[in-house]
Amino acid sequence: MIHKFYQNGLYILLDVNSGGVHVIDKLSYRLLDLVQPPLSENCPQDAVDALSGEFDINDIEECYHELYQLYEQKLLFSEDDYEKFALTAVASPIKALCLLVALDCNLRCEYCFAGKGDYGKGRTLMDLDTAKRAIDFLVEKSANRRMLEVDFFGGEPLMNFEVVKQTVLYARSLEEKLDKKFRFTVTTNGLLLDDEKIDFINKEMYNVVLSVDGRKCINDRMRKRVDGSGSYDSFMPKFKKFAALRGDKEYYVRGTYTKYNLDFTNDIMSLYDEGFDQISIEPVIADEKEPYALSESELPEIFAEYERLADRLRGIRGQGKHINFFHFMLDLDQGPCAIKRLRGCGCGNEYAAVTPDGGIYPCHQFAGIEEYKMGSINDGTFNTEMKLDFARAHVYSKPECKKCWAKFYCSGGCNANNYLYAGDILNAYRLSCEIEKKRLECALTLKAEKLLAENE
Amino acid sequence: MKHIKTINKANLKQSAEKGGCGKCQASCQSACKTSCTVANQKCERDS
Repeated sequence: MIHKFYQNGLYILLDVNSGGVHVIDKLSYRLLDLVQPPLSENCPQDAVDALSGEFDINDIEECYHELYQLYEQKLLFSEDDYEKFALTAVASPIKALCLLVALDCNLRCEYCFAGKGDYGKGRTLMDLDTAKRAIDFLVEKSANRRMLEVDFFGGEPLMNFEVVKQTVLYARSLEEKLDKKFRFTVTTNGLLLDDEKIDFINKEMYNVVLSVDGRKCINDRMRKRVDGSGSYDSFMPKFKKFAALRGDKEYYVRGTYTKYNLDFTNDIMSLYDEGFDQISIEPVIADEKEPYALSESELPEIFAEYERLADRLRGIRGQGKHINFFHFMLDLDQGPCAIKRLRGCGCGNEYAAVTPDGGIYPCHQFAGIEEYKMGSINDGTFNTEMKLDFARAHVYSKPECKKCWAKFYCSGGCNANNYLYAGDILNAYRLSCEIEKKRLECALTLKAEKLLAENE
Repeated sequence: MKHIKTINKANLKQSAEKGGCGKCQASCQSACKTSCTVANQKCERDS
């Protein structure tokens, strides 16, 4: 399988199964429309005839010969022989846990998938005993995995900061004894950040996600305080202070774009102008009946905007400056192995979420959906059949993914979004897919430009 | 080559042969809480 596209003056060819990325010329691009595997040694006459009015015959044959060389080297039309690995990670230990420490929030964001913070379950905080039992559950299910991840999420996790702190200290106390290493992350809206919390987070958290949508007017339209007023002025000075003290450790500012800001490049640039250079802005995932929701009719505008964003990033790079947009990050040589790429996030299999009442769910997005409750850390129940269902949700069991060129980059998409908006964890949610594919094309183009420039 | 420049190692197949150790980060745990991009994760295999 191949995928080819033209962007910003480059013809780019991806050989899906080898992962090979080739920058090709217009003739190669056209020729690839006229040949199909298996390739023969000589250029098919009908391909020569079709192109001879536009290109020199010697060039066509030379170009075909180069394509044939790639084919022989298994860098073009290479075989898809990964399905045999699809069941490799079925019995995987659990290595990551999302702790929903606060089903409560001090914001009332319009688009919140968590039902304005409480996941429809009533506003509750996780107590320390439950959090400790969740850590014990992770340790028990992690088998021989040494590196474990715990994400503090909500609602707003800093509304339950003492439990966050004590849970970290508890987990740290187990590390040496059990030969485990915890990596903690937290996602916060920043309203409650103060010196004590910043110190603790910077000391203990491997990654931090700071939620902000970009420009003040855009942020405040969706991210409202309980009294309906905007939140930007409350958190932005705290985010800046946090970032200044964070040093070289990882963090992102992360926001959501909606139908109201399809010019989201301006939001990314606004965050950059505020001093942030690690940025993730993502499409809102919501019922299309919501006024702010995205729909397929917006796709052309969204695609154009990602190209505009790529162009702005290109310009910043040209000035010798740096901005890292999360969804354009791509490592073409040292990225995850093909086996990791078959099922992506690993929710319900390597990754689970725990709610304040001790409920276990495949991930934070499934929290509160009774059908997907996997068990409880209070009574020790855990649905291993459901774990198997998630382990078996890979790109070869998802019919749309199996035939998609982007399958080794998005790895089958978000199972929760698939369930909520396409009816089944195995059904691809087309809106997300199309956006992901466009982001990948932009990412591949930016990467190709960078590598070509380095090799000149 | 005159018409084609290959810009990466195209090592996906080799990665499968010695892959699957599971030491890498869960991909939804970083900045990406609502959509899943995996290809930007790091391989964390020891060797």
